[in-house]
Amino acid sequence: MGTLLTVRDLKTQFFTQEGVVKAVDGVTYDLQEGETLGLVGESGCGKSVSALSLMRLIADPPGKIVDGNIEFEGRDLLKLSEDEMRSIRGNRMAMIFQEPMTSLNPVLTIGRQLSEALELHMKMNKQQSRRRSAELLEMVGIPEADRRLDDYPHQFSGGMRQRVMIAMGMSCNPKLLLADEPTTALDVTIQAQVLEIVKKLCSEMGTAVIIITHNLGVVARYADRVNVMYAGRIIERAPAEELYGHPRHPYTLGLLHSVPRLDESLKEKLDPIEGLPPDLVNLPPGCPFRPRCRFAKDKCAEEYPPLFDVGKNHTAACWVDVTTGELR
Amino acid sequence: MAENGHGSGNILLEVNNLKMYFPVTRGIIFERKVADVKAVDDISFYIRQGETLGLVGESGCGKTTTGRAILQLYRPTAGTVKFYDQDSGQHVELTALKGEQLRRMRRKIQIIFQDPYGSLNPRMSCGSIIGEPLKIHGLARGRDYNDRVEELLTTVGLHPYFASRYPHEFSGGQRQRIGIARALASNPSFIVCDEPISALDVSIQAQIINLLEELQERFGLTYLFIAHDLAVVRHISDRIVVMYLGKIAEIADHLELYENPLHPYTKALLSAVPIPDPVVESKRERIILHGDVPSPMHPPTGCVFHTRCPIAIDVCKQEIPELRNLGGGGKEHWVACHRV
Repeated sequence: MGTLLTVRDLKTQFFTQEGVVKAVDGVTYDLQEGETLGLVGESGCGKSVSALSLMRLIADPPGKIVDGNIEFEGRDLLKLSEDEMRSIRGNRMAMIFQEPMTSLNPVLTIGRQLSEALELHMKMNKQQSRRRSAELLEMVGIPEADRRLDDYPHQFSGGMRQRVMIAMGMSCNPKLLLADEPTTALDVTIQAQVLEIVKKLCSEMGTAVIIITHNLGVVARYADRVNVMYAGRIIERAPAEELYGHPRHPYTLGLLHSVPRLDESLKEKLDPIEGLPPDLVNLPPGCPFRPRCRFAKDKCAEEYPPLFDVGKNHTAACWVDVTTGELR
Repeated sequence: MAENGHGSGNILLEVNNLKMYFPVTRGIIFERKVADVKAVDDISFYIRQGETLGLVGESGCGKTTTGRAILQLYRPTAGTVKFYDQDSGQHVELTALKGEQLRRMRRKIQIIFQDPYGSLNPRMSCGSIIGEPLKIHGLARGRDYNDRVEELLTTVGLHPYFASRYPHEFSGGQRQRIGIARALASNPSFIVCDEPISALDVSIQAQIINLLEELQERFGLTYLFIAHDLAVVRHISDRIVVMYLGKIAEIADHLELYENPLHPYTKALLSAVPIPDPVVESKRERIILHGDVPSPMHPPTGCVFHTRCPIAIDVCKQEIPELRNLGGGGKEHWVACHRV
């Protein structure tokens, strides 16, 4: 399996009246073909913006990719023209958005929206694209697919709309699927259905997935490797089992301890992370997690920690070794 | 949490055969009723003093409607809601109260809303939002009023000088604290927590859960905790009610429900929740339900769950299952299923 995507030192910023928001501030990672990568973090940590940057869907102004490079299938995406980018978007690289209610066009039929990409990228004619659209709907588990092609989005439930989004995303056999909080707006039982479909389709087609979520459980179930983000940077990265078994960044540790688990004996009290996520316009110097960190040392206020190797394929951006509480 | 739960045994609130139907109308000038949305359809349960009753279910199952119908924010179509008023030592039938009487009773039953953004008036300062119940119920004036607002802010972990700030200046977690302070202002004995944490970030959720637990301990509060996050409900509740399409599927002690779920819906719901541990996840058995929740306007005949149930048989399509107590040894474990 080769490397499908390499992201190097990606920086995306928004120029607002309050100042420059460093939404993504130097993110580096690789993705292998067919792999599932989890991108975890809280709202405002830059996880969605980093995915939109890959698709070059950052609204300019106010946003701009100011630095870094993104290599996908051997091409530097940031150097492509808008036309070349369009031939990749929805074709080689597709995205499923969080809001199944608002990301479909309410005045076009489902069939029309599905066949659009097929006609554009796969050069199909009307009959071919309609037949393929019906197949796609069937693949994502929508009954009476042929008849439902003529329905409008409002005639579908939330879970069904998200399935339509998946069908659209997978329509051109992409090599990479970006799933941005694909199930956050859905109920638990529907969430399980939708994620199982994504998993099945992607393993059949050999599609790599970047799944962006704040739900640690979803990542544990579906991701091979995990990147944890905080304040625009990756602060810890490891294979899923390693990350959950031996978290090495105080933030990851805090997240895992603050959520109640179904399979645990009950605790008297939860162990929350104190304080609030930082304001991305006025980031404190040094480590942005320092004000909330229980391991913080003087050094943390001075310098941003680089990613240290802390295990096999496991890196964490922290000056402190959380197993001993001492500086590295 | 104590293993036997909180709750002194006295029943604080009793809901009997509660029904909440919303009419569906057609026509512009001559409106006629064409159907009912049976949001809550004949449910009964009780809440003990000092305990937390969790209410879980998917969207549209009627859990929020139940909370609002108890508070009489919706007037129930049928059924009774009996509330034990500790001050007068009497049982009050909330559905029979009107106007001034109901307003006075609202001092004792409060609600914390889901959306910390929509539930605070953006034109009111944080102090006046929290102080409004004090004014409405005539509980404090002048210096007492200011002292009480400051005290409430401190109680929920905010600085007293925040009183002059406006909602937009606060983060989601802080706003939810303001909502909690407002609910506490009138010294209620019972609070409906309607998904109080689902709009918050993961790291903030635990802060609010801990706060709610501390307040319960300190003021002897009773909660009806409505949520869809089963792990959170298991943590905070003493007993749990599982709802599906306006009906109760199962009621049990919080540990019993998770260790020994009886209703097939509860089982599916529990297995659908991913656990943040890849090792555990890879070994878990998953029950994936097919299809969507049916519309409450046309609920299925018989057992409302039979369309998605993996073990449904013919009788499930015809007869509505009764809620039966299957708990042994003095324990209560109610379940509405023909197959158990």
